[in-house]
Amino acid sequence: MLGRRTDLPFERDQSTRFLPWIVALMVFLGGLMFAAALIVADTVDSWDSTLTGRMTVQIPQAAATEASIATLTGKLEVTPGVTGVRPVPEAEARALLIPWLGEAVVNTDLPVPALIDVELAAGVRTDAASLAASLSQLVPGVTVDNHRAWLGALINLGRTAEILAFVILAMIAAAAVLAVIFTTRSGLAVHAAIIELLHQMGAQDRYIASQFQFQAMMLALRGGIAGAAAAAVVLIVFAWVGRGIDAAFLPPLTLSLGDWTALLIVPAAAVAIAMLTARLTVLRALARMP
Amino acid sequence: MLRFENVGMRYGIGPEVLRDISFTLAPGSFHFLTGSSGAGKTTLLKLMYLALRPTRGLVHLFDNDISVTPRSELPALRRRIGVVFQDFRLIDHLTAVENVALPLRVNGVRHGEIDTHVRELLSWVGLGERLDARPSTLSGGQQQRVAIARAVINRPRLLLADEPTGNVDDHIAVRLMHLFEELNKAGTTIVIATHNNVLIEEFGHPVLQLDDGELTVRRGRQPAAEVV
Repeated sequence: MLGRRTDLPFERDQSTRFLPWIVALMVFLGGLMFAAALIVADTVDSWDSTLTGRMTVQIPQAAATEASIATLTGKLEVTPGVTGVRPVPEAEARALLIPWLGEAVVNTDLPVPALIDVELAAGVRTDAASLAASLSQLVPGVTVDNHRAWLGALINLGRTAEILAFVILAMIAAAAVLAVIFTTRSGLAVHAAIIELLHQMGAQDRYIASQFQFQAMMLALRGGIAGAAAAAVVLIVFAWVGRGIDAAFLPPLTLSLGDWTALLIVPAAAVAIAMLTARLTVLRALARMP
Repeated sequence: MLRFENVGMRYGIGPEVLRDISFTLAPGSFHFLTGSSGAGKTTLLKLMYLALRPTRGLVHLFDNDISVTPRSELPALRRRIGVVFQDFRLIDHLTAVENVALPLRVNGVRHGEIDTHVRELLSWVGLGERLDARPSTLSGGQQQRVAIARAVINRPRLLLADEPTGNVDDHIAVRLMHLFEELNKAGTTIVIATHNNVLIEEFGHPVLQLDDGELTVRRGRQPAAEVV
């Protein structure tokens, strides 16, 4: 009988009924946004690491002799940061063009440059222009492609999308804070008489604030669990629908175990934000009492 | 225990509802507070239980100058004051036991220590059969007794009661007055605001008389506290 958690009859407070729904919506949207940010981040990291670790040296067909390829291979092998050098066989190079030009065209006398795959040590970013200049002194017309020219724009786009996702996430959190402030203020007005009574009995501000904090936690927990469950269902369905798509540059639409774990941050953050916001709102209001 | 020095009180920019109030209540004293409606009794009580701060003058309570006491230290002072409100201010969704236990909960007393004490006190005020009743199911007199039990459960050093016998039969009123006197004998300083001149005459304690915001003192038959 005396073990009740709150002295305030929150169950009679109409305004609190909407908070779980609002939190559920926020967590749902926030969860999807966070998942999108994680997918984009994973994809951009994957692109970035691919770019960072590889380069391709192209030798015009006219200059592509065994001797020139051996010269360039020898030079590359002693270049700082290079961990592997592999001349690409002509058949393999031609095979790369088949999806774009068709077998009939590629297997004619189409001039195909000789290629040398270069692997770089982790974290090493070699200046393609200066390396190309250096190699051209050995074999004229040699070019070096670090793929950054065309994938760099994609990476920038991905990073921007990632930042945008987190900005939207922050805006969702701000909206949740406003909703909790409104609900808490409403609760303070509804329960003003009891709060005044508790205050007169010598209740510390934190005693009263902890009751609002507990109430906010319970409401946010309900909403958070519902919102997170709904977001999880959508992500699972999305991954299932996208499972058959095999496009080289399309990001994987699935989340890793680590990503799923990270997603739990969203409902947990919603609960923490609701508790902290309710507490601070109440403490600020009570500070005006004598 | 409690000292007012030239206290004045006004609400907003209105006229002063209390003017130059000066008195001292010694520890263990018993006073009636009386006056016509609108004379300022409730405002004076609010100043005593720290629900208001005076617009001028000094209030000393339990050796603390309230005007310079940090706000964070006021709850500890309030816990040493019991208040019986004219409108009871019982919490509707709590039972009689829970209402009476509230000051103990606020004070951080553990549940196990609360229950027995609260039940005994409610039985003493004649509500042993209504322990789990909610205020809305209690009569006015029963609610008043719950309110009184709540005010005294913490063994306050100062008990302030605003018309505590206003809604009860005469024999209950006398019984409640005896409860207050028992508390007084145990060392609690008591101030009872009342219009009931019969009680004032019967118990003979000194009277703080408020008229149009000014305080005068009538000594009673019983030994009075120091009144300036």
